[in-house]
Amino acid sequence: MTLIINWSDFTPLASLIGGALIGASSVILLATKGRILGISGIVGSLLQRANTPQDHYRWRIYFIGGIFLAAVIGNIFNLIPKLDIGSEYSTLIVGGLLVGFGTRMGSGCTSGHAVCGLGRLSPRSLVATLTFMASGFLTAFVFYHLI
Amino acid sequence: MKNILTLLAGLTFGFGLIISGMSNPNKVINFLDITGNWDPSLALVMIGAIPMAFLGFRWIESKHKTIFNEELHLPGKNHFNPNLLIGSALFGVGWAITGFCPGPALVALGAGSLKAMFFVGAMLIGMMIHDRILKAVLTSTQR
Repeated sequence: MTLIINWSDFTPLASLIGGALIGASSVILLATKGRILGISGIVGSLLQRANTPQDHYRWRIYFIGGIFLAAVIGNIFNLIPKLDIGSEYSTLIVGGLLVGFGTRMGSGCTSGHAVCGLGRLSPRSLVATLTFMASGFLTAFVFYHLI
Repeated sequence: MKNILTLLAGLTFGFGLIISGMSNPNKVINFLDITGNWDPSLALVMIGAIPMAFLGFRWIESKHKTIFNEELHLPGKNHFNPNLLIGSALFGVGWAITGFCPGPALVALGAGSLKAMFFVGAMLIGMMIHDRILKAVLTSTQR
């Protein structure tokens, strides 16, 4: 088993800049709303809006609106590289259920635990991040090479 | 004003995901699949994002307030339970087989991807299964 690096698809500069923007947006949200940028938390809380005060879901709608706006603008100006999603529909549904259930059970996903949690030097988020990274690497090996 | 800034944060986040390549599920899979044709780009997304968050959060947390002098809502850093591990492990499985985590899935949905619609629909159902059904069952058995 050898490590083959795919240099042709490697985008170090774009990924660094994009990453810095992701970090910057988490700072904007904490500085202005006092909230942690965690997508699974933001989306999950919207689903429970019946028992939360109105203001607790309004900012979440604005935030998700901003994400959609970026996607629409990106699409218009052809900034989004062709999204070639290879997965079967059945895989997408099973994966979606696992991601939704797992992120709520684990109280966070890539944004909340990896970016914000590690940014705050949170041991809890470090454990969560190491767990989903390890699970992701292991699953990718099994799913794309063994099955 | 605050709502506009929140929208701006979402916009910045969305552009960050697009520019970094995170919103492309195949690129994510090529990162997670180390033994395939490995694309290490996504490690650089984290190297770009975490120091930025670290510096900004340190500044805000030292003031204990937002710039509008409102309270910060910060989760605890040191409580561990089996749910944290089991949930994160399940998330990792779903992430690896699809290449989607929640943020990028929303970008793909906003870009009009039909497949992202299926993924996000299933993700919302998965969240509700956890938040409504599982939690209700657990609290009723604990009584």
